[in-house]
Amino acid sequence: MASFGGVAVFNARMPLNPARVRADFPILQQRVRGKPLVYLDSAATSQKPEVVIEAMARFYRESNANVHRGAYKLSEDATAMFEGTREKVARFIGAPSAEGVVYVRNTTEAVNLVAHGWGRKFLKAGDEVLLTEMEHHSNLVPWHLLKRDRGIVLKHIPINDEGRLDLSRLDELCTMKTKLVALCHASNVLGTINPVAELAAKAHAVGALFLVDGAQAAPHMKVDVGSLGCDFYAFSAHKMCGPTGVGVLWTRPEILREMDPFMVGGETILEVFLDHSTFRDPPHRFEPGTPAVAEVAGLGSAIDYIESLGLDSIHSHEESLAAYAQQKLAAIPGCVLFGPRSGPRGGVACFNLEPIHPHDLATCLDQDGVCVRAGHHCAQPLMRRLGVVATARASFYVYTSTSDIDLMVESLNRTREFFGCR
Amino acid sequence: MSLESLYQEIIMEHFKAPRNRGEIATPDVSISMNNPFCGDDITLHLALKDGKVSDVKFRGRGCAISQASASLMTEILKGKQMSDAMTSAMLFKKMMRGETKKHEADPLGDIVALEGVRKFPVRVKCALLAWSAFEEGVKGKK
Repeated sequence: MASFGGVAVFNARMPLNPARVRADFPILQQRVRGKPLVYLDSAATSQKPEVVIEAMARFYRESNANVHRGAYKLSEDATAMFEGTREKVARFIGAPSAEGVVYVRNTTEAVNLVAHGWGRKFLKAGDEVLLTEMEHHSNLVPWHLLKRDRGIVLKHIPINDEGRLDLSRLDELCTMKTKLVALCHASNVLGTINPVAELAAKAHAVGALFLVDGAQAAPHMKVDVGSLGCDFYAFSAHKMCGPTGVGVLWTRPEILREMDPFMVGGETILEVFLDHSTFRDPPHRFEPGTPAVAEVAGLGSAIDYIESLGLDSIHSHEESLAAYAQQKLAAIPGCVLFGPRSGPRGGVACFNLEPIHPHDLATCLDQDGVCVRAGHHCAQPLMRRLGVVATARASFYVYTSTSDIDLMVESLNRTREFFGCR
Repeated sequence: MSLESLYQEIIMEHFKAPRNRGEIATPDVSISMNNPFCGDDITLHLALKDGKVSDVKFRGRGCAISQASASLMTEILKGKQMSDAMTSAMLFKKMMRGETKKHEADPLGDIVALEGVRKFPVRVKCALLAWSAFEEGVKGKK
């Protein structure tokens, strides 16, 4: 049996050494116009370490076969890796078993699966789904369709000026009519980390289920779906050193068993007749067709890799980078910062440099090899709440160092000069 | 590709002091458009008289490229026969697709400074926003 993962060494409390971590990432060794690549867009997608790239390449070189099909060694090995990774994912998020772990393409697909597989089956006109003002479009639009097609009512927890949820009216928003509370664990724009456990308790107290979009949290901090009180938890591999094309929806098994598949075909069925079919138990009921097998090998390796760095170390590393970046950015004339300035937060710095438009900023920074995101970050309602059409965003990960932030700040100052800002 | 060749002097000048910003009290055409990629928006007002674009005004939020393009566009369109205005729009789009021959786009005047934006593919839409609004707004008008 070939091995697919990297070697997991637990150093949970060791501070990260970003220079050493950076050496694990081939893409970060390149120079852009003679300057080091300063990659500050990890909230969009993270870079991949050599071990993950190699795990996928090795799967194709040594073990490629379809899963759950062939009665031969190669296919058995691929299936063992695929199902073994499912168990690894369950451990990674503190789930009691792999039964609730459904492989999807990404977090967006995961939320859509809940909206279709659970929402369309169980929600009726007048039922309420409680979201927040800081959601990514992927946790808004699927519910818009259910509002249109089923007549559900959407409510939103507002945010305060600091960019945290304003829970002062929660009792009015979360009532016996509420059937689902769905929100992000960490904001992809503000860096806010939401009080998930507290909100889960509130949701369950009114008999609602609780969905967490963990795309910006699972890569950065220890997640335990049990102690958080989640019924659904979704995340993507590509934001946590893994490949694109695979993500996870974890669902409490007793809920998952009642859900309808929203895509069907091979792999999902027990028996097929000409005019009807019966479906398998979860999780395979929700995984139609040949899955992203090599990507799952990459996901398994990515989990090993970030666990070897330690999720607690990753979180404190990013928290200190966010504080450092905010302090440096605040010192630039015209810089407007968004998101919490104190307390728990993720590794995101969201800002504008007045009067320069963030798109112009991003283009100018790119000339210095500095990659930041500019735009609405798939959160247009949040942009309206902040009173802007777009912002710049720098986001950090395991390989980010304070010198990356210094280079960004230097480039921002050059941009100010170029635009003639005083 | 340097920043100076993207943000040429004429572009920065129009960005800092845009021409024809504002509204027409009773416009013949009023159209709003946004760029879903970045959320930038524009509202374009046109007054049409005797087959001519007699007045043009715009409002919007956007980057230097989109604002300069809108400002330069208003100067090109103002006073033009509708058919000539449409020809200018087609020529501008052709230039931004990189399909114009040498000097073919020269009749457009100062706005050829935006040709450098082609080297920055994600920014081409910024340059096209105002022009797309114009084309959409005058659809079916003669």
